[in-house]
Amino acid sequence: MTFPNPVAVAAPAALPVHTRKRTTLSRLGQTFAMFRNGKSLAGLAILGFFVLIAIFGDWIAPYGPLDKDFQALRQAPSWVHWLGTTHMGEDVLSQLIYGTRGVLVVGFTAGVIATIIAVAIGVTAGYVTGWRSESLSALTNVFLVIPGLPLIIIIASQYENPSLLLISSVLAITGWAWGGRVLRAQTMSLRNRDFIQAARANGEPLYRIIAVEMLPNLTAIIASSFVGTVIAAVLGLTTLAFIGVIPITNLNWGTILFWAQQNGAFPEFWWWYVPAGLCIALLGMALSLINFGIDEYVNPRLRSAGERARAMRKKGFVLSDSVTAVRPRAAAVKNPSDLGVTDASTKH
Amino acid sequence: MRFFLRRTAFYAFTAWAAITINFFLPRMMKGDPVSAYLQKNQGRISPEAIDSLRTLFGLDSTKSLFEQYIDYWQLLFSGDLGRSFSKGLAPVTDVIASAIPWTVGLVGIATVISFVVGTSIGAYIGWRRGSKADGIVPVATFFSTVPYFWMGLIAIAIFSTTLGWFPASHAYDKGTQPSFTLEFAGQVIQHGFLPALTLVIGSLGGWILGMRNMMITVLDEDYVTVAQAKGLRPSRVLVNYAARNASLPQLSSFAMSLGFIVGGTLVMELVFSYPGAGKLLLDATTAKDYPLMQGLFLVITLTVLVANILADVAYAILDPRTRQMEA
Amino acid sequence: MTTLEFKNVTKKYRVRGSGELLALDKVSFTLTSGQTIALVGQSGSGKSTIAKILTQLERVSSGDVLLDGTPIPTWGRPLRRYRQTVRMVFQDPFASLNPAHTIRHHIERPLRLDKVVPPDQVEEEVFRLLTRVRLAPEQTIDRRPHELSGGQRQRVAIARALASRPKLLIADEPVSMLDVSIRLEVLNLLAELQSEANLGVLYITHDLATARHFSDEIMVLHHGKVVEHGKADEVILTPKHDYTLALRNASPDPEKHFAAPTTPGATS
Repeated sequence: MTFPNPVAVAAPAALPVHTRKRTTLSRLGQTFAMFRNGKSLAGLAILGFFVLIAIFGDWIAPYGPLDKDFQALRQAPSWVHWLGTTHMGEDVLSQLIYGTRGVLVVGFTAGVIATIIAVAIGVTAGYVTGWRSESLSALTNVFLVIPGLPLIIIIASQYENPSLLLISSVLAITGWAWGGRVLRAQTMSLRNRDFIQAARANGEPLYRIIAVEMLPNLTAIIASSFVGTVIAAVLGLTTLAFIGVIPITNLNWGTILFWAQQNGAFPEFWWWYVPAGLCIALLGMALSLINFGIDEYVNPRLRSAGERARAMRKKGFVLSDSVTAVRPRAAAVKNPSDLGVTDASTKH
Repeated sequence: MRFFLRRTAFYAFTAWAAITINFFLPRMMKGDPVSAYLQKNQGRISPEAIDSLRTLFGLDSTKSLFEQYIDYWQLLFSGDLGRSFSKGLAPVTDVIASAIPWTVGLVGIATVISFVVGTSIGAYIGWRRGSKADGIVPVATFFSTVPYFWMGLIAIAIFSTTLGWFPASHAYDKGTQPSFTLEFAGQVIQHGFLPALTLVIGSLGGWILGMRNMMITVLDEDYVTVAQAKGLRPSRVLVNYAARNASLPQLSSFAMSLGFIVGGTLVMELVFSYPGAGKLLLDATTAKDYPLMQGLFLVITLTVLVANILADVAYAILDPRTRQMEA
Repeated sequence: MTTLEFKNVTKKYRVRGSGELLALDKVSFTLTSGQTIALVGQSGSGKSTIAKILTQLERVSSGDVLLDGTPIPTWGRPLRRYRQTVRMVFQDPFASLNPAHTIRHHIERPLRLDKVVPPDQVEEEVFRLLTRVRLAPEQTIDRRPHELSGGQRQRVAIARALASRPKLLIADEPVSMLDVSIRLEVLNLLAELQSEANLGVLYITHDLATARHFSDEIMVLHHGKVVEHGKADEVILTPKHDYTLALRNASPDPEKHFAAPTTPGATS
């Protein structure tokens, strides 16, 4: 037989003692680790605020959105009307609150639909090879190049009273391509990783390889793509409402601006048009912050970049210096972790 | 060489797809306002005009769909996009041709300025990461999500109506004839300033943030460390090594965002009554001027496609790897 | 007793722009259970291609691969059964495990997929396999790969490979990415497992020393061709081909340190 006495091996490789309890909560926490940083949390907080308003709007709003107070036309903000009134005496604050629902519903629906399409096409395009992949990629690129807004305008102008679902679908169809392209690239790089090859060599069926082995590794990208699509949908919806292509029966922040524009609110009645735009910007900012958080999770360099630089600056080093000064007491930096450098790859 | 062939094939395919979508668009629309219009204006339209309208809108039900498709392509190649209902039956091509230069000029200049300024600021912030320069990030984030049209309205409200520094609408003073004079150029700049400014500020945020992220990633690469260790001036490392590599993905995301930029400009033109393709489209939609709408969609799509091609070419020139690498 | 036969296998890859790449050129060998063959060669010599063909991740361009005399199946249930019989341990412990899943998942999958044991015994079997590769199951089972060291991960990879009770194991440079200090441990583990289960092992490596130590036969691959194939000791001590000679001389030998270099390839 080939094997001379194997060298006596020590006791089983012991792992560090701190075995965490694997509760469902901690496992959930791991899946959502991408959200556990300052930027994401701030964004989620603002988003949560808007969601609450959308849900509880009926109870929070002081007036109905179309209730007219003929005593107070075009009034500046006052204790009776916190954000003033429109030319018909409608309470601007109430309109904003009721409009939140329209914006969020369409935004998220469009986001969901677009992400489903992007995942279906993008991941498939990344996994298959050859002409199948190329043609799916060409399809994605076509949707990327065709300008969305003109298409939506033309389609939306066809319908008298488009439903929320229709509007969301149209926004989704014009907006999925960006995420689809990113997903294709990621899937392609993932496909050649050894653990996927191992799964194939073990005979895992295709649907399991994609759904169970690949998708969990793509969650951050998918989340980021979803958030990006929601931003685009929100901006698209409010723009369409402002232009007047979407009928005013669907109240959202863009509709408020449409009315403001049509009824001569500019420039004096700032309370009418400024808050709506600010809300759009704020919601967009919240979503962008969430995306930054995800970005930093995916790319750890971004995460620690500022911290490391600050830590070094405290010690008198400037990262962009062209010369590294030789310090007489260079031994002062004994412990690399002083610099805030955490390098997971040094673990063995 | 293969690379260029593949890209050309792709763009040809996209152009074909856009034209085909354009072919099907009016046929999917409800009602038949074109026939109604034709009947109302029987005597005033020339037979050729009626023919081209028929081909564009599939009013000729005697021909099969495929035959209509062929006729459509023939029509396009002869440069005929039909007649505009709302512009006194002027040829659509002429109407569009008078508007496109304004849009391309406005968008082109604004986008280039925004890209250059945004990328530079982003590069600088990335370079000086961890310092006070990082404070720009939340500001940039905010501005990147402010809707263009709203900013335009605010800009008008502040700079035009209240302060009176800039005119609020149109590309040049009323009653003036466009001409290649300095005075006219002055008017164009004056009228174009606010819309351009709004476009620039609106898109600046996105470029700054994108570039900052790329810079931070690139600055961690070893070749930057080597450049610094060699003793090169910081400015040289920043520009020639770091920024040069970080701006490549920016260029490709620029190409991807062109469709989005077009959307923003559309509304901008509405707000400022700027006589570009965007405002034309919106007016056409309101007036149910289908030939014009269809023609505009086609032209806008092809313009975006051309811009994409240019961006791709620029990318290929700047990144030697693409010429060797296959996607 | 299981036999795997490579018969005149040729593999060509089409390379864009520059024609064809001949990865394997009429390669033939036989692997029997209980036997270890070392496959030695430099990067690009075709070693990984052989591994890929054996796991059916690639198809041959010409030639036959026979398992117990019959050509290996290419689809369907027969392919599944074939895959149960021939398993692979990959080179990179950091890349061969899915970072999103626990160790339990990695070992359970082949058990469930190939129905090696009834579902209620799966957990028990996972524990048994982990213990067999000298990992403490309770501490390992719920961890994710990034929480383990390279050596631990490779043990998990071995456990995964053995889960379906294969007859033949392909070890594609199983220790070249591990710390030198633990390489011997892992190789000894493989040796133990091999003798226990009477596995046939194809040990792919570029390290002649371990090749000689652990295998019955050595096969030297150079530019896709088998240039030498024989009993381990013979190949090392009396190499017949220039390339084998060069390989042998390139191995660092502590005893040569104080002697003058005798051949150009020797390191001092």
